[in-house]
Order: sequence, then structure tokens, then C-alpha cells
Amino acid sequence: MLTSTRRRLLYERLFVWLCASAVVIPLLILALLVGNVAIAGAGRIDWAFLTGYPSRRAANAGILPALVGSFAMIAITGIFALPIGVGAAIYLEEYGARRRLAGIIEVNIANLAGVPSIIYGMLGLGVFVRLLGLGRSLIAGGATMALLVLPVVIVSAREALRTVPYGMREACFGLGATKWQSIRQVVLPMAAPGILTGTILAVARAIGETAPLVVIGALAYVTFLPTSPTSQFTALPIQIFNWVSRPQEAFVVNAAAGIVVLLATMFVLNLAAILLRNRLQKRVH
Amino acid sequence: MADGAAVGVAGADASVTTEAAASHARERKAPLTERAIEAFLWSCGVLSLFTTAGIVVSLAYESWLFFRTVPLSAFLFDTEWTPLFADKHFGIWPLLAGTFLTSLIAVVVALPAGILAAIYLSEFADPRMRRVLKPALELLAGVPTIVYGYFALVLVTPLLQSFVPGLSGFNALAPGICMGIMIIPMISSLSEDAIFAVPNSLREGAYALGAGRLATILRVVLPAAMSGIAAALILAVSRAVGETMIVAIAAGQQPRLTLDPRVPLETMTAYIVQVSMGDTPADTLEYRTIFAVAATLFVLTFAMNLVSHRLSRRFRVAAH
Repeated sequence: MLTSTRRRLLYERLFVWLCASAVVIPLLILALLVGNVAIAGAGRIDWAFLTGYPSRRAANAGILPALVGSFAMIAITGIFALPIGVGAAIYLEEYGARRRLAGIIEVNIANLAGVPSIIYGMLGLGVFVRLLGLGRSLIAGGATMALLVLPVVIVSAREALRTVPYGMREACFGLGATKWQSIRQVVLPMAAPGILTGTILAVARAIGETAPLVVIGALAYVTFLPTSPTSQFTALPIQIFNWVSRPQEAFVVNAAAGIVVLLATMFVLNLAAILLRNRLQKRVH
Repeated sequence: MADGAAVGVAGADASVTTEAAASHARERKAPLTERAIEAFLWSCGVLSLFTTAGIVVSLAYESWLFFRTVPLSAFLFDTEWTPLFADKHFGIWPLLAGTFLTSLIAVVVALPAGILAAIYLSEFADPRMRRVLKPALELLAGVPTIVYGYFALVLVTPLLQSFVPGLSGFNALAPGICMGIMIIPMISSLSEDAIFAVPNSLREGAYALGAGRLATILRVVLPAAMSGIAAALILAVSRAVGETMIVAIAAGQQPRLTLDPRVPLETMTAYIVQVSMGDTPADTLEYRTIFAVAATLFVLTFAMNLVSHRLSRRFRVAAH
């Protein structure tokens, strides 16, 4: 027979275990699923797969156009998103304080961050593909992705700018620097590691985004490499989507192999972002 | 500090010492380059407003063209969605039902797990454990949705079929569960903020009255954090409603007015994907349906995000 105190302690212990399992069990499930896909796909990955072109026969199919398309697209995404995102962050952090417009922009960015990615695809279809006549091109895809990741880039750039102590700016003004001089020569170099890390993380996420590309019409069956920003293209997630949608087992294995390559790419990009941050931080401080 | 010393004295006023004076000087006679740069920075900020405007205008315009042919009443009151068939019906309800059902399953999975995980991370885990587990949990939301789609179709559905009788190869259950796993970190991280924001004096008050840890958490801390948890829940639902690839891959493409999780159905997002993958020519009624569906999706998620922001601001204010 338990006393009431001992029973209470038992319930408490059980509750702690319950809470801990809510963290651990989903992680175990994810590990199990990823492990499963890795086992299914790893054997299919070889040089021919990485450098091959799509084929109607699963065993001959490769992912080179998708791989090149994905990297070209996120390069364009980065080229658009980095300057615009940093510019917007500087405006909001350094120039916008207590201005009404800045407040409106801030609320707007928070709202944009919650818009489903497929809606950005509709925007890209309406504006880049049709209105600007860019067609189903790399640049239309990259620009759409840039709009999608901008809220994330802006938020992380603002956080990085905020870590620069205010005294640094005042010291610049004390030396006679103008506002932009202080930002360009002192604030931005100090904030650069945080800004770069945030941008790489955001762009690494864009490489896994599928829905906006489906909507703007990235093709699934592309047997050529993109030669210019206006080329038609395919991307890794689109290729995976195409393969996983087919009934034949061999194509599903291809999809698993594609997923392994996609996850490995994202892992490498994330790792690069963290290493870059550590390296640059040492140099600045 | 070499950078700081390198700043020249080429500015308009060499003697300004405070930011107020600097901005005052800028307003009076800022150099042209300074003003050009500020204009560029301003336009970067304003671009986000144009993005929102672009979304609203492009969805509204094509939807308006759609509703000139299809009356709004048919969209809202018809119970069939067959715009790609010969016998066309344009009732949104089957797509709404599909979206509702998959999101509901996701929330049933994610809400208890997310709240319990938040309690563990904020109340029980020691700091070292927390530093490892919190980013690990965020991984769940970092896996691309196309990968979860593969999981749902190729791994989870066959597993569930072994003990759920009558489960079809495409169904709402498997994608719903996978979506649920994906949104756990969204619920846990906002809930954790809310639980963390509950003043310690409330916990101490409960202990002083003789309450144990369990009672303190369940009867004092959680109720006090309720508005933040509600905000997390609504944000997670909004994410589930807008989630596309998992349901497009694993839920099927059959619009169906049902709440049976075992049969194939179609969500709003999956319908947009289905039409986008096909060869529907632009400027046809079939093509415009995706804009009407996307407009519905946008209004729904936007409303949920607004409510969520309001609620989370309330707990942030209350915490201070």
C-alpha cells in the first residue's frame, strides 16, 4: 500500500518520462524513417547515377540535370535574396526605428513568413513566368524561391545586426563617419558571420522546397543541362516527386537514392554555414 | 577595431557625436550617395509590401475571372468538385474536407507530443540536455516535405495497412501522421516560450500552497501559458493546411466529401499540384480553378496567422 506522498512521487516520475518520450519518440521515428530510406537508396547511388540523365528505364536514370538545376537555382536565389534581405534588414534596424512604415513592413514580413510555399508558386507563376515573360526558366524559379526565403533572411540578418553593440556605431559617429560609413565599415563586417550563416541556412531550405517549383512548372523530364538563367530546368525534389509517383518499384528506389542525395546536400550546406560562422567569428572578435 | 579607425572624416560634419545629431545632419544636407543608399535600403524594405500586394492581386484577378463564369454560390454550396470532368461541378467542400481531415490528424499527433515536449524542455531537462534536444527536435521541421511524402507513401502506409483494415494505398491517415511529426517542433517551440514566460512567482505560490510539481505544472503553469499554446496550435494548423507535397504524394487525387481517413481524397494544395502537373492550357476555366482554390487557401491561412500573432503578442505582453 503506497502512501499518498509516495504515490505522488511515482506519478511525477511517470509524467517526466512521458514528457521525455514526447521528445525522444518522434526523433526515433525520424531516425528510423531516414535510416530506412538510406538503406533503400544508398545502393543505387554510384557515379553513373550522379552523372546520368533521366531515362524511361529506371536502372539507367540519373540525376545530373536535377542536381545542376537545383544548384543553379539556389545560386540565383542567393544572389537575389542576400542583398535585398540584408538591405531590408539594415533599413528596419538602422534607419527605420520609430518610423510608421517600418512598423508596417515588420508586421507584413511576419505575415509573409506564414504564407504557404505553394502560394509563392502561384505568385511566381503569375508575375515571373507570365507577366514578365520569363517562362518556366531557372531565373523564374530562383526569383520565386528568393521571395519565399526573404522573410527568413531578413529576420536572421536583423538578429545579426542587433548583436553589434550600439557603442560601435557611436564610436564611428565620434570619428566623423556618416551613418552609411559606420554601417558599411563597422556594423556590416561585425554582423557578416551571422548574416551569411542565416542566408545559407535559408537557401539550404529552399533546395528542398518542391511545391512552388511544381506550380511554376519546372519540368520533370529534362535531358539537357541548363545553359543560361533563361533555360528550362528541373530540380532534385521535382525529380524525386516524379519518381515516387510512379508505380514501378525500381523508380521508387531511384526516389530513395535521390532523397539520400538531397539530404546529404542539405546536411553539407548546414555544416558549411556553421563552420563558416565559427571561422569568421574568430576573425572579427 | 582597425575598421573603426579606417573610417574617414569625409562626412558632412566631422564633429557629430550622437546618433540624433547625425540623423539631424543627414536630414539637412546628407551627401548624395548617402541618400541614394538610403533609397535603395528603403526599396528593399518596401519590396515585402509588393510581395504581399502581388500575391493578393494575382490571386484576386484570376479568381475574379473564375467567378464571372462560376457563381460564388456554386463554389460555396455545391458538394462536388469535378472541374476536370465533362460534367463540371465547382463545389469547394470536398477539397476543404480533405484539407480539414489531414490537418486534424496532424494536430491530433502533434498537439499532445508538442506540449509534452515543451514541458520537458522547459521544466525538466537540464541545460546540457536541452542544448542537444532542442535543435534535434527542430530537425523534424527541417526535413523537406517531399521526403515526408515518400515516408508516408512508401513506409507508413504499408505499415498501417498491416493493422488498419480497409486502408487504401492512398489515404488521409499516413500523410496526416507524417505531417503531425513535422509540425511537432512548431508547437513545442512556441509553447516552450509561453511556458517559459510564466512568472516564477506563480510556481512558487503553488509550491507554498503545498502543490507538488505535477499539480503545479498541470493546474498552474499550463493554464497560465494557455494563450501562447493556443497561438502555437493555430500556427501549426495553418502550416498543416498549407502543406502540399506530403498530401499530394500520399493522399491521392480524388476529391471526396468524407471524413473517413482510410480512403483516397484530395486537399486544396494537392489539387493545385494536380492541375500544375497536367497540361491544362492557361486562360481556361480549368486553369483558373487553381487560383480560386489558392485564394481560399490564402484567406484561410492568413486569418489563422493573424489570430495566432494576436494571441502570442498577448502572452508576451502579459509576461512582462
